[in-house]
Amino acid sequence: MTTVLASLNQALHRCLAENDLVFLLGEDVLDPYGGAFKVSRGLSSQYPGRVLTTPISEAGIVGVAAGMALRGMRPVVEIMFGDFLTLAADQIINHLAKYRWMYNEQVRVPVIIRTPMGGRRGYGPTHSQTLEKHFLGAPGLQVLAPTTAGNPGALLSSAILDAEDPTLFIENKLQYLEPVLDGENRGEFEIQELGETFSYRLTVNGAPPAVLTLAAYGYMADLARKAMLSLAYEDEIFTELVIPTRLAPLEISPILDSARKTGQLLVIEEGALTLGWGAEVLARLAETDRLHLRNCRRLAGKDTPIPASGPLEDATLPGVTDIQDTVRKMLQP
Amino acid sequence: MSIKTTQAPGKADHLEGAPENQAETWYRGMKRIRVFEETVLENFPRGIFFGTTHTYIGQEANAVGILSQLTPPDVVFSNHRCHGHFLAYGGSMHALFAELMGRATGVCGGRGGSQHLHWRNFYSNGIQGGIVPTATGMALAEKFRQTGAATVVFLGDGTLGEGVVYEALNMASLWQAPILFVLENNRIAQTTPINLAVAGSLTGRFSAFNIPVIELDSSDVQEIHPVAQTLLGEIRHGNGPQALVLHTCRFGPHSKGDDTRRSEELEQLRRTRDPVLIHAPRLDPERRAAIDAEVAQEVAGAFTRALADPYPNPLDEART
Repeated sequence: MTTVLASLNQALHRCLAENDLVFLLGEDVLDPYGGAFKVSRGLSSQYPGRVLTTPISEAGIVGVAAGMALRGMRPVVEIMFGDFLTLAADQIINHLAKYRWMYNEQVRVPVIIRTPMGGRRGYGPTHSQTLEKHFLGAPGLQVLAPTTAGNPGALLSSAILDAEDPTLFIENKLQYLEPVLDGENRGEFEIQELGETFSYRLTVNGAPPAVLTLAAYGYMADLARKAMLSLAYEDEIFTELVIPTRLAPLEISPILDSARKTGQLLVIEEGALTLGWGAEVLARLAETDRLHLRNCRRLAGKDTPIPASGPLEDATLPGVTDIQDTVRKMLQP
Repeated sequence: MSIKTTQAPGKADHLEGAPENQAETWYRGMKRIRVFEETVLENFPRGIFFGTTHTYIGQEANAVGILSQLTPPDVVFSNHRCHGHFLAYGGSMHALFAELMGRATGVCGGRGGSQHLHWRNFYSNGIQGGIVPTATGMALAEKFRQTGAATVVFLGDGTLGEGVVYEALNMASLWQAPILFVLENNRIAQTTPINLAVAGSLTGRFSAFNIPVIELDSSDVQEIHPVAQTLLGEIRHGNGPQALVLHTCRFGPHSKGDDTRRSEELEQLRRTRDPVLIHAPRLDPERRAAIDAEVAQEVAGAFTRALADPYPNPLDEART
């Protein structure tokens, strides 16, 4: 069994081995610590000189990485907590994401910024957020989120080795320990990779046609599939789950195709509800000609900061039970 | 100081007779920037330029004194006041006019405008301070790739208010990046005089990070050039980042029509600190007049050509 953490760590090892121009920059990334969440463990021992532990300077290190990329290298930046991305927001939006376009396609900026988002660990308001929605509308920026239904390491390594544009790689603290659903771990799920769309469709093995589409990414998709199983076994409600791994640029067709089929859609995200990813997904569907959904809803984090206390935090972020409840409500006659 | 008479590559055909000496090359370089910028300001009210502009009038000796000694692999990162740096680096005057006019033939096809240029190893961006970590990363890339290139980044006194500058200085020093930080202190940030915006020492900002710094209060290219040469030499010898604090004078407005300084103050600066006037007496008057005429012709030609160039096609844009 491979966890998401191991898959990502192995990918970083592979990338550093494969291309001398790959560098890693981040806070506390040196061994034996290997980064706050251990995704970078072992790298500094194996590739000394190409793994730079940095001062606490998120804007600075993202900017340094941009400069390295403009001059032909392929830097990877680890931002210790996703919450700290705001410190680098100017670099990401006004520098990295702009250069290729504003220099009239004369340059490429292949910087990969990896960072864990997400709550449910009691870290409180500034270390628990899911903030990628603030970056999803920035032209020129690719945003990826790995899924256990796909291959997290392959998604990361293809970005590091092949991406032409700056990329935010959104991980999740709890997703790190989830097993990747490769061959033997798929259990009761059938997983279909949807062509070139960076998306996956999950159904429960042997289930009748789905009556409702769930759309979620990252760790939220793991919670959604757990809800799917309960809904199937306890309520005989059959759903299918669409999991995009590329949030920007947004490829709507996998969600659209599924929703067209089922006629009902629930979009689920951990980030705060208002003006989030789900809002954009529903807007795209609303603008689609001859698509008549019977029912569509968003389920998301509350529009409040995230509390440290367990019971308060649970009430703030959408969980498995919330997904089940919402689906049941949507299906009430 | 005696002036070396080295021939500038590609410049000999500008003048009849003897090849251009260094004093003449410097003069031409400064004069090109001066006339270009004056042409921009004069013509701005005609509505032929998009957006805004930040002219370099009064600071020409900095760009020419420093950038005239770069080698092809060297890298330059400039800021919002980048026209002078771009021209001194060797960028096309026609392409710069065209960029300001939003034409397809502009440096960046009209996408960037005045503050966002890229050509060869020259880059600029309009966000204060944000370019400093990028330039540091570029210098580190050149170091890791062992190209031997030096990187030069230009900051202003106003930029010192941005925190990311200090993040970059810290990393440049920690990792011994081959970079020259040039702080052009024109003593005014948009309309705010330095005493209202910058506390403490300018040089201390660099020395606090163990970055060697030289301070120079001059508008004389003949004084700036050798100091920059020394610092670039240190960088090329692998001695890590270096800094140059240049006290300089901006004669024009921050952008256009937004100068709140008293006109007597500006007249005083123009009388005493004009890099073109300071340097002009070192040239043979006839040669100087010939250069003036050629520069006037070059600028007028570039301007007219750019004005006749086509705008980019929005339909092409939609396809990219």
